Amino acid sequence: MRIELVPRAERSTAMALVSPVIAIGLTLVFGVILFASLGVDPAKALYVYFVEPLTKAWSLEELIVKASPLVLIAVGLAICFRANAWNIGAEGQFTAGAIAGSVLPIYFPDFQSPVLLPAMLVMAVAGGALYGAIPAILKNRFSANEILTSLMLSYVALLILDWLVRGPWRDPGSFNFPESRLFSASATLPLLAEGGRMHIGVLFGLIVAALAAWRLGVSVHGFAIKVTGEAPRAARFAGFDQKRITLAVFVIAGALAGLAGIAEVSGTIGQLRPEISPGYGFTAIIVAFLGRLNPLGIVIAGLLLALTFLGGEAAQVTLGLSDKVTRLFQGFLLFMVLACDTLIAYRVSVKFVRPAGAMPDAADQEIVADG
Amino acid sequence: MAGDATSSMAKADGAEQSARDSAPLIQTIGLTKRFGDLVACDAISFDIGAGEIHALLGENGAGKSTLVKMLYGALEPDDGTILWRGEPVRHGNPAEARSHGIGMVFQHFSLFEALSVAENILLGLPPDEGRRGLADKIRKISREYGLPLDPGASVHDLSVGERQRVEIVRCLLQEPQLIIMDEPTSVLTPQEADLLFVTLRRLAAEGRAILYITHRLSEVLELAGRATILRRGKVVASADPKAESAASLAKMMVGADVAGVERPAAIIDGATPRLQAKNLSVPADGPFGIALTNINLDVAAGQVVGIAGVAGNGQSELFDAVSGERLASSAEAIVIDGQPVGVKGINARRQMGAAFVPEERIGHGAVAGFRLSENVVLTHHGAGETVAPSGRINRRAARDVETRVGERFDVRRSTEDPRASALSGGNLQKFVVGREIDRDPAILVVNQPTWGVDAGAAQTIREELVSLARKGAAVLVISQDLDELFEISDLIAVISDGKLSPAYPAETLTAEQIGLMMGGVHHSHDGLQGADGGEGSHAD
Repeated sequence: MRIELVPRAERSTAMALVSPVIAIGLTLVFGVILFASLGVDPAKALYVYFVEPLTKAWSLEELIVKASPLVLIAVGLAICFRANAWNIGAEGQFTAGAIAGSVLPIYFPDFQSPVLLPAMLVMAVAGGALYGAIPAILKNRFSANEILTSLMLSYVALLILDWLVRGPWRDPGSFNFPESRLFSASATLPLLAEGGRMHIGVLFGLIVAALAAWRLGVSVHGFAIKVTGEAPRAARFAGFDQKRITLAVFVIAGALAGLAGIAEVSGTIGQLRPEISPGYGFTAIIVAFLGRLNPLGIVIAGLLLALTFLGGEAAQVTLGLSDKVTRLFQGFLLFMVLACDTLIAYRVSVKFVRPAGAMPDAADQEIVADG
Repeated sequence: MAGDATSSMAKADGAEQSARDSAPLIQTIGLTKRFGDLVACDAISFDIGAGEIHALLGENGAGKSTLVKMLYGALEPDDGTILWRGEPVRHGNPAEARSHGIGMVFQHFSLFEALSVAENILLGLPPDEGRRGLADKIRKISREYGLPLDPGASVHDLSVGERQRVEIVRCLLQEPQLIIMDEPTSVLTPQEADLLFVTLRRLAAEGRAILYITHRLSEVLELAGRATILRRGKVVASADPKAESAASLAKMMVGADVAGVERPAAIIDGATPRLQAKNLSVPADGPFGIALTNINLDVAAGQVVGIAGVAGNGQSELFDAVSGERLASSAEAIVIDGQPVGVKGINARRQMGAAFVPEERIGHGAVAGFRLSENVVLTHHGAGETVAPSGRINRRAARDVETRVGERFDVRRSTEDPRASALSGGNLQKFVVGREIDRDPAILVVNQPTWGVDAGAAQTIREELVSLARKGAAVLVISQDLDELFEISDLIAVISDGKLSPAYPAETLTAEQIGLMMGGVHHSHDGLQGADGGEGSHAD
């Protein structure tokens, strides 16, 4: 028996939709094996992980609150990835945005005005964009690999945040806890509904996804990004400047991550802390790929990955599982998504062939798994 | 196994053995390969005898490559049998085919530029072959077959013809009994091609069989003992080239008569140049690039100017500089309709009515994963076509262009608006050339207009180029196909090592003169000037 990958004449559009579903299915199978080997009842664990969070109103709200930064960041990353610019540093851009956006409420706690929030948002967007521009400039100027520079800059940003909240920005009244002062009411994103957890920041993700879906599909800019990603030489032939596009996609992704950062700090947390993200910037990479680099797909994928965060918390409480299991799940899901993408351009054909040299005859069988 | 006996048998067969008398070396019976709905090879039965030079002719998409890949083990047949010395064989991969004695020299070389000849050859050999004595073996083979090669030379210093020799020597080291050659002369000067033919005849005289794939009919007439002609996946004829003419072979290949291009006289006298290069110099791009040195060139309205040259002598660099993909150092270096555009980008030049067709179809002229209509936008958006002023892409307009080009240039598409990757090379070439001609450009610059295109379609493209020029456009054609240049050009210049000769009227030149200039001797062509009575250069 031999398993072959046979190239398809045309990329399968059906498989493009089905392959993420297969990937999720395989990840669940992996989960069963993982939980069984940890000595936990797999059925119960999967229920706690993936079903229970969907059964209560508060956790559905929480799901949306967690999905929103993922969607915002992933839309930006999808634009980068489409242009073949490998921005792995969204965590850093998220953090840079959060820091830049927090300057006003931390230094001027008494400044209370309707323009405060918009100003914070603008500063966060600018901070994220500038931080995102660094790897792009290094790539354009020195051909430095953007994967390395953007990833390493993430840790730089996280350490700067850590230093700020333990040092100059620490709230004098915090009893030495590493956290900034609490934001005033006018520096906090208003809630969508009284008494809930959903702030207006969750709308940012939806608006940005809708805008991106529309612009990427119909505009010359979206076209330029796609050409640059698929065939750089053809992009040059079409008159698109690759360096400008690299810079633009990094700036856009940084801006969106920065916006997500300030929304998280000002809407959900209410102050700066050493840890403001459970790894949104990295998980968003999975969201972008699971969503097929398509803004609308990303909204769905963002909800799913948010579920793994929630399920992970629940599993920690109910089953006593380490929160590392969540990371493992996410990593395996990304691995499976990328692996299953092979099925879009190839079909799997299983052949039962006699040893080489034998004549082909009617006994030969070919089973083709096709999309 | 048959492979064990090959070398001794071949020596026993001897040179005089006539191919047709013995059992065929290789034979196919009803060989069939399908790709989805397309039957690329439909029950192909043919045979090649030992010592025979056998030409495989066919239009693009006729199934030549598919057939050859099955023989070489790169593709598995869906149906049918391959007999090797009368015994059924099945090659699961090229290594098995090589062990039987089937070697192949590809059209596109797979050599590492930074390694030496011997190192490159070593990489292609089975792992158990040692490095020891390899250089001597290479010297011996290259001496025996008239393929002079220095095993220690770096590949990036070699000419294209020498690189081909490396591939051939690599193939010969494995003692093949059947050598498959895919369009071997497409990268050679006429003189280099003649040398190759001598080698091929010597190999055949030893009893080795050669399967020779080409679209150049004159070579078939000169070289081949037999020709098998494919059309749409089927064998349509098995011909004796001695009894045929180029026209009759072309007719079998296309299934219809192919006429020469009619070239009405050009209106060159007093015409103002529309496209000019003035002292254009561009530094080499990377260690293996070619620098352009002091290039002067005029293309007037109504003219087709051809640029001949062996691949890799600066053609793509010249194309990039003229198109604006690489900017010149001064604005005056490139002039369009009297306006200096040397430092303006490709889209600024498109807005002035220029259009460009690069050599590489996939990845340069077109994006493989894009639909044809999206590939229309690729070159049309820059001149404001298929795009609204708001920056919104007008898909309907792009589809209209796609449909129009498809019909006018007979681009065969299996579905509506397919992705570029779904088209055969020849069909895609028709599309990328047609896409630009459809814009009715004032200036058209095209690199290798009919590369890999079948005779019928090449004819269409050449006619369109000439008729575009006669309507008042300036047409610059860069090509390695001399027959093509002679057919359509009013003036021909030769590029060699980044330097361009003056342009001479095509009718005053012969292939031999151009061959000499390709070798870089164009600084001393007094003979040419004399033959031409001094009115040779229109380029100055």
